[in-house]
Amino acid sequence: MKARIKFQKYGAMKFIGHLDVMRYFQKAFRRAGYDIEYTQGFNPHQVMSFASPLGLGLTSDAEYVDIGLKSCEDPEIMVGSINEALPDDREHGKKESAMSLVSAADYLVSLKDGYEMELQGGIYGNGSMEGNFGERLYGSLEDYGILHDKFRRAFERFYSQPNIIINKKTKKNEMMVDIKPMICFTAFDETEYRKKLSGNLADFRRTESSGSYSVNAESKADVYENKIRVYMQLAAGSAVNLKPEQVMESFCAASGISYNPFAWQVHRLEIYTRDEETKKLIPLDRFL
Amino acid sequence: MRKLALSDEILLSVEKPARYIGGEVNMVVKNPKDVDIRFCICFPDVYEIGMSHLGIQIIYDILNRRDDTWCERVYSPWVDLDKLMRERDIPLFALESQEPVRNFDFLGFTLQYEMCYTNILQVLELSKIPVFAKDRTADDPIVIGGGPCTYNPEPIADFFDIFYIGEFESGYEEILDIYKECKKNGMTRREYLERVSQLEGIYVPSFYDVEYNDDGTIKSYRKNYDKAPDKVRKQIEMKLDEAYYPVKPLVPFVKVTQDRVVLEIQRGCIRGCRFCQAGMIYRPTRERDVEYLKKCAYEMLKSTGHEEISLSSLSSSDYSQLKELVYFLIDEFGSKGINISLPSLRIDAFSLDVMGKVQDIRKSSITFAPEAGTQRLRDVINKGLTEDSILNGAREAFQNGWNRVKLYFMMGLPEETDEDVEGIAVLADKIAGVYYEMPKERRQGKVNVVASTSFFVPKPFTPFQWCAMDTPEEYIRKQRLLKGSINRQPHGNCIKYSWHDAELSVLEGVFARGDRRLCNVIYDAYKAGCMYDSWSEYFDYGKWLDAFEKNGISISFYTCRERQEDEVFPWDIIDAGVSKPFLLREYRRAISGKTTPNCREMCFNCGAKQFGGGVCFIEREAVYEGKD
Repeated sequence: MKARIKFQKYGAMKFIGHLDVMRYFQKAFRRAGYDIEYTQGFNPHQVMSFASPLGLGLTSDAEYVDIGLKSCEDPEIMVGSINEALPDDREHGKKESAMSLVSAADYLVSLKDGYEMELQGGIYGNGSMEGNFGERLYGSLEDYGILHDKFRRAFERFYSQPNIIINKKTKKNEMMVDIKPMICFTAFDETEYRKKLSGNLADFRRTESSGSYSVNAESKADVYENKIRVYMQLAAGSAVNLKPEQVMESFCAASGISYNPFAWQVHRLEIYTRDEETKKLIPLDRFL
Repeated sequence: MRKLALSDEILLSVEKPARYIGGEVNMVVKNPKDVDIRFCICFPDVYEIGMSHLGIQIIYDILNRRDDTWCERVYSPWVDLDKLMRERDIPLFALESQEPVRNFDFLGFTLQYEMCYTNILQVLELSKIPVFAKDRTADDPIVIGGGPCTYNPEPIADFFDIFYIGEFESGYEEILDIYKECKKNGMTRREYLERVSQLEGIYVPSFYDVEYNDDGTIKSYRKNYDKAPDKVRKQIEMKLDEAYYPVKPLVPFVKVTQDRVVLEIQRGCIRGCRFCQAGMIYRPTRERDVEYLKKCAYEMLKSTGHEEISLSSLSSSDYSQLKELVYFLIDEFGSKGINISLPSLRIDAFSLDVMGKVQDIRKSSITFAPEAGTQRLRDVINKGLTEDSILNGAREAFQNGWNRVKLYFMMGLPEETDEDVEGIAVLADKIAGVYYEMPKERRQGKVNVVASTSFFVPKPFTPFQWCAMDTPEEYIRKQRLLKGSINRQPHGNCIKYSWHDAELSVLEGVFARGDRRLCNVIYDAYKAGCMYDSWSEYFDYGKWLDAFEKNGISISFYTCRERQEDEVFPWDIIDAGVSKPFLLREYRRAISGKTTPNCREMCFNCGAKQFGGGVCFIEREAVYEGKD
């Protein structure tokens, strides 16, 4: 049988790459005493599959891994034993399910504290967007509220373009791609995000079946004092996939800000599949 | 959440940031306020190498069992981070607390190979601890070294406050107890060193001055602190059968070299190969109890979640309970997706049966280490492996489906002739020939024999400690000779030859038997940019040659000079258990091509019996009378 596990990735774990996360879980399942299914042959390996690999440096509230089990216990016990096998206080929910196709993902991108100066070129000063923002702001950088508004206006302007063309590089070649259709929506605070999100979600009800157990975990997204952040829902999966880093790079270029990948903390909030009938989204942990 | 010493920006710009964040499964965290002693243990190489070392895991576990001590780890930052730390003036930190190493009470280095010496200086300098022991103050940690290289610690003597000679299990308590007392009473660094020098196994190099003869050899060691011991006797754990073993080893996030449970089944080796330092300094051979090992295997697999278990010892086939242990592991864990790896096994019916059960025969190879090409030279080095046993082992392996063979040899052994060198090609060819004795329908394609040679380096506390090493030119000549000879063999097209470069071995030869005058050479080479010397991409022989020249030191004095029988060695200050008369006796037997039986067959009175246990006290039929 297959089981789906939802987990959070945060803190120093963001420096562990995807391949190592896989190895980490393989060992964790053994420590937890899961009756894992193995492939045949001299080099047996665990039957496991991750929904969507998370890049190095990113954090997340909603990572999913499907595993094969030969037998299983009560989900509550299994969640307890895997949490015990992971040293940090990470919380997990688990659901039984089949494999599914990832369709979209939500991200929260926040400016890390100490990087406010990075915005100066575009939002404050000499950059190309200056005229559109009206008067220059010579005030203190600590005035995050104003900075936050400026950032929001710049981002909205960026998003309101009819096309957002980026140069997408792959291993073999590079090509110009319009990423606008891959951005489902953006939001600038949690209320706005929840509101826009609910419009995109399918009408599902939490299934409290015997095969499901979940822990109500708090979001592990880092919170920064400057409050400069943007929520975005992006196309995800094997067919079309847009990384939040690509959006930010494009935004910075359009706003006259030099893009510094270290300035932005990307946090994944959820991963969705699409309901074939209604074309609406279902979070992977609610999909049976 | 733990605060990390490095910023996101730095961690995301270096290769494998997981090397620097700690937080591994089974990591020990204590409250600094609750402990008296902060100990930082270092393996001076990159994280993946250092984390694979069993000794560190043992020390980590033992020290952290003390309530008054918190042991943390540090490894050499890789070259990318090294550069950033220097540019931004970031002090080196321990992985657990992420606090600067300089704030610790002790910084301990495990010294596993000579070519890590420049990395010791790197760790000291990045930690902002004075590189030379004489420059350290009350604000610096006590820098202590241990491990096999401390059997001749002289080339790095100036960088260490203390060397601990022997196995850590047996002597660490008092080192810490005395420290705690000194710290409490506000005693000075010097007073601590004086007190700790009275313990067995402790060598404080600054308490001795070396005098040299005109020819450059050592005249004498003169004590400048009266109470310092004349000889420092190695400390070993004699209750190994039940000695504590770390059943909760650290499990790294990144894939390291030894990504598996390591079960140490015994220490020491009964064989007495004359080139092998480990076989001499770890005497006497002591086995661990098989029931205890079964329990450890179970607990360690449970606590780590590793998918592989490996047995560790110098010669696994000599472990008396091997069959019982191996079949237990296969029966107990084989069905649970656990791989079982068995290095250093003699090829025979038992090992082939086991290997057939645990590996894919088509993908694996069988390994022999004849070390020398002819029986005559194998007798000189006392490698008790005969041509018949190699060919029979190979025959049996071929009949069971193997078709790949690896052969390990050394070149530049004492008494080696061109005939011995060509003997390597002849032996490899005979092995290939055995394969083609089989009828065609039983063969699995072509046979594949890989012969590799390393450059013999004479080591202290071996019968060959008096020997001259070949010059690199001679070694390269022999390589060419062998290569040509392999090509001329009937099955030459099935034999692949691989060899080690000579330059690294030359330096290893210098430091293995070097003296204190080399400290400045190491320092100058490091200052010129030498680091990670055991990594071929960073090894810069030219810089090393400059450092020798600058200090007026001749390499060949250390490598290519045969020592007089009565020469004072830099390592004579250390008593490793095996006596100098025994080693000399073995050297003479080597020259005359006489083999010496192993410890189980006959006691040859090497001196290790003084430790009061192990293989020295088993019942034997024959007793050596002390005459040759």
